[in-house]
Amino acid sequence: METTDKKLQVAALANGTVIDHIPSEQLFKVVSLLRLDQIDKSVTIGNNLCSKLIGKKGIIKIADTFFKEEEINRIAILAPNAKINIIKDYEVIHKQQVSLPDELHDIIRCANPKCITNNEPMATRFEVIDKEQVVVKCCYCEQSISKDAIKIK
Amino acid sequence: MRNESLVSITDYSKEEILEVLETARLFEKNPNRRVLEGKVIATLFFEPSTRTRLSFETAVNRLGGRIIGFSDASTTSSTKGETLKDTIMMVSNYVDLIIMRHYLDGAACYAAEVSPKPLINAGDGSNQHPSQTMLDLYSIYKTQGTLENLNITMVGDLKYGRTVHSLLMAMSHFHPTFHFVAPDELKMPEEYKIYCDKLGIPYVEHHDFTEEIINQADILYMTRVQRERFTDLMEYEKVKNVYTLRNAMLAGSKDNLRILHPLPRVNEIAYDVDDNPKAYYFEQAKNGLYARQAIICKVLGIKIED
Repeated sequence: METTDKKLQVAALANGTVIDHIPSEQLFKVVSLLRLDQIDKSVTIGNNLCSKLIGKKGIIKIADTFFKEEEINRIAILAPNAKINIIKDYEVIHKQQVSLPDELHDIIRCANPKCITNNEPMATRFEVIDKEQVVVKCCYCEQSISKDAIKIK
Repeated sequence: MRNESLVSITDYSKEEILEVLETARLFEKNPNRRVLEGKVIATLFFEPSTRTRLSFETAVNRLGGRIIGFSDASTTSSTKGETLKDTIMMVSNYVDLIIMRHYLDGAACYAAEVSPKPLINAGDGSNQHPSQTMLDLYSIYKTQGTLENLNITMVGDLKYGRTVHSLLMAMSHFHPTFHFVAPDELKMPEEYKIYCDKLGIPYVEHHDFTEEIINQADILYMTRVQRERFTDLMEYEKVKNVYTLRNAMLAGSKDNLRILHPLPRVNEIAYDVDDNPKAYYFEQAKNGLYARQAIICKVLGIKIED
C-alpha cells in the first residue's frame, strides 16, 4: 500500500519540485504563499492523503520549476515539517527539509491592529524568536505572535 | 539603517546610558547652553501629549534651537490620508532633527528607518518611550548616587505599563533586585521575568503591598492601576485602593528611599505623601528637561563640556 502511495505521489513528475508533508489545512495557504496560482507550469495538488508523520497531508508537484532556498523556506511558517524533493529525469536528485529563516520579510501580517505595519503601505519584518514552537516577533511594534495567530500577508 | 536615532532605550548600551546621564547632570548645573544655534527641530505630535511636548520644546529652546511642528494630527495632511513616510520625508527636508510622538505601535522604528535625519521617539503607542526611561534613570541616579545594586520595587499595573518594562530593561545593566507588586490581572508579563532569569537578576513577586516590602526598597516606582484594563469591574473595585501608597506606610522606610511615578497619578499616591521628603515625582518630571536635553545632544553628536 505504502509503495503504491509513494509512486502515485512522485512518479508522474519528470522535472520539477515536489513539496511533501504539508498539513492538509495549510495546503492552499502554501499554494498562495508560493504564488502557484500565477505560474503557467503544470501544478498537481493532492490533499487529505494519509501520512504516518502528520495524519493527513497535502502534496504539491510543480513541473519545470525550481525555487530559491529562501523562497521555499518561507513555507516553513505554515508547514514546518514539509519536505522538498527536487526531481530531474524522474529521479529524486535532492531531498531537503524546510527550515525557518531567522527573519521573515514581508510574508506575514502583524496580529496587532495598532501596529504601524497594519496602517501604512509598507513591508512587514519579523524576527523568528523560537524556531521549534514557531514564535515570531514584529520588528516594529515588538509584539510576539505564536504559530496559531500567524496570518499570511 | 537606524542611524543615530533613539527609538528604544535598548538602542543604548550601558556606557551610552551613563554618558547621557552625565550630560544630563551638566545640563542641570546649567540648562542654558546655545549649542543648537542655527538648527531647526521638528516636534511632530500625532497624538497630543502636553507634558512630553512641553518638556522637549523647553529643552530645544534652552539649547537655542528653533522649533517647527504640530501638537495635534487633526491639523495636518495625515487627515487627508498622507502616509507617515511622506510626512517624515517632507519634514526631514527642513529640519536637523525630528522628535515624534505617534499613536501607533512601531511608528517610531519605521519613521527612523525612512528618515534621512535623526529621530527621537517621544512615545509610539503603547510600545516605547525612551526619554521617560532616561529621566527615570536620571532620577534614580541623582537620588541614590549610583545605579548599581539597588532594590527597585514596582507597584501597580506591571502588565500594560510600558514605563516599567523599559525601566526594567534599562536597569538590568546595573545589578538590581526587583520587587513586583501587582494584582493577578496586572502581573509582570512572563517575557520580562524570563529576561531577568536569563541575566540572573533576582526578582520577587508580591500580591500584597505591605510595609515590609516598602521598608526594603531604595526606589518605589508607582504606576496607575487603570480601570479600563479590567475585564471584571468587581475586581477593579477590590484592588483599586489596595495599591495606594499612604504617608503612614513610609514610617519604617529607608532614609534613601525615593518615590517615583511617571504621572499623571490618580489615587495610587495619597496626597499626604506629597509633603514627605521621600516623594520625588515632581522633581522627577523636572529631570525630564535635563534628560531630554542630553538625549538631543547625544543624537546630534554634540559634546557638552563642564
